[in-house]
Amino acid sequence: MLKVDGVDVFYGDMQVLWEVSLTVGDAEIVALLGSNGAGKSTTIKTVSGLLKPQAGQIEFDGVRLDQIPANRIIHNGIAHVPEGRRLFTEMTVEENLIMGSLRPEAKRARTETMGWVYDLFPRLRERRKQPAGTLSGGEQQMAAIGRGLMAKPKLLLLDEPSLGLSPLLAMEIFRIVKVINDAGVAVLLVEQNVKRSLAICHRAYVLENGRMTLSGTGAELSANEKVKEAYLGI
Amino acid sequence: MDLFLQTLVSGLLKGGLYAVIGIGMTLIMGVMGIINLAHGQMMMVSMYITYSLFAYAGVDPYVSLLVSVPAIFTLGLFIQQRLLNPLLRAETILPENQVLMTVGVGMVLTEIMRFIFTSDYKSVRTSYSSSTFFVGNISFSVPLTIDFLIAILMTAALFLFLIKTDLGRSVRATAQDKEAAVLMGVDSERITYITFGIGSALVAAAGTLLIPVFYLYPDIGGPFTRKAFVICILGGLGSAVGAIFGGVTLGLAEAFGATYAGMEFEDIIGLVIFLLVLLFLPGGFKRITKV
Ligand SMILES: Nc1ncnc2c1ncn2[C@@H]1O[C@H](COP(=O)(O)OP(=O)(O)O)[C@@H](O)[C@H]1O
Ligand SMILES: [Mg+2]
Repeated sequence: MLKVDGVDVFYGDMQVLWEVSLTVGDAEIVALLGSNGAGKSTTIKTVSGLLKPQAGQIEFDGVRLDQIPANRIIHNGIAHVPEGRRLFTEMTVEENLIMGSLRPEAKRARTETMGWVYDLFPRLRERRKQPAGTLSGGEQQMAAIGRGLMAKPKLLLLDEPSLGLSPLLAMEIFRIVKVINDAGVAVLLVEQNVKRSLAICHRAYVLENGRMTLSGTGAELSANEKVKEAYLGI
Repeated sequence: MDLFLQTLVSGLLKGGLYAVIGIGMTLIMGVMGIINLAHGQMMMVSMYITYSLFAYAGVDPYVSLLVSVPAIFTLGLFIQQRLLNPLLRAETILPENQVLMTVGVGMVLTEIMRFIFTSDYKSVRTSYSSSTFFVGNISFSVPLTIDFLIAILMTAALFLFLIKTDLGRSVRATAQDKEAAVLMGVDSERITYITFGIGSALVAAAGTLLIPVFYLYPDIGGPFTRKAFVICILGGLGSAVGAIFGGVTLGLAEAFGATYAGMEFEDIIGLVIFLLVLLFLPGGFKRITKV
């Protein structure tokens, strides 16, 4: 479904990704792991068109994503839940959800999808008239994921959804990722929480200093000596 | 007491139009992050359109809203799309240079109008220009009262647009977090020129509404750009609700200044308030209204 092929990405003159390749299949959870500054966010920003690769290509269901503007990516069925949530803080929770469903297919199903999102996150239903900026960290993350789901995406890009949350809330987020995936949505999950990510993903990639160094199923990587030492602390 | 109430009424009526002028500038500021220093000049052009329609075709100023508002909306679209957005694509140019471009646009508009209409004072004197009605001992100018009602209608329509439509929500979302709005599928460039168009249309309407009670000359744009800026600072940059309070405050302050301190203080009052707000309420009314 998603195929990132040999992508080089620069910030100005500084190269941060070297020949990065990865794939995400239908209804798969794929984890993208790596330490701070490895280039995980850069990779998914390139998929969602915020950054353009200088080499390589990105294809999604036969469409060359690297050749269309960033605001058209969501129209192809890819929703990006950015690092740090990036909610519209002065708009209400409900308005944020509405903003997630601008594309025609999603707009038609707006009320229905919103009902599903509120069922997934009952807290959001309680807070729907509140400005998003007044929510707690965990609620904001739920609103950001909910806003992404409002697009009725085939692929959800999640950038560090558990960042800054208590272990309990983080666990809840991982559970929700599973639920979303069970509903048929593919997920590309960027995480620092390597252990939990490997437990729920079908496959995973490890990015180090802008290069892909490892890939495999969740079980394979959990058993990998290098992963154990560097990321799982065993 | 009557003098006080009379001043209050004139200030409020003027404040309604000031609010519309201020909202126009603050919308542009919120979305593009720049001060449009051609704002008053857009209004001046709208006034000349209204003047020409009246002087050469006998069109009533209220009817000419139907011409001046779409015309200045289109001019605003054009300026943002063709003159301001290209500056953002040139990497060597700072975004701040958009502001310098608006200064240039304002000067060009002023000189074009001077070329066509000379620097002479023009006015539109309708049958109702100086008619008034009384409530108790307080006199209400007929045109300013109608203007005030239209200003309220326009403001309500704008808020409905911003709150109830996808396009309006996209304008607000772009102002709050442009990159996130792009991820939602918003064409942020299109939003910039629609916003510039709407902001310009608002100030154009204010200009057309003011002309029956105002004189017109090419340099009238500058003072109104300054007033709009004061209103934005009063209201808090980018806050439409704040701009309503800012506009009414400036209208009242000018009216009370003129009545109790003398006409010559009318314009100084705005600048004094401007300084006081910067000193004692940085962030403007937005700090209190939160939106
Ligand atoms: N906007 C930017 N401009 C310049 N360098 C950046 C920018 N964003 C990230 N970087 C650099 O790119 C590298 C990868 O960053 P990022 O993709 O954010 O890493 P990760 O998400 O894996 O923590 C880091 O070295 C970071 O400093
Ligand atoms: Mg990151």
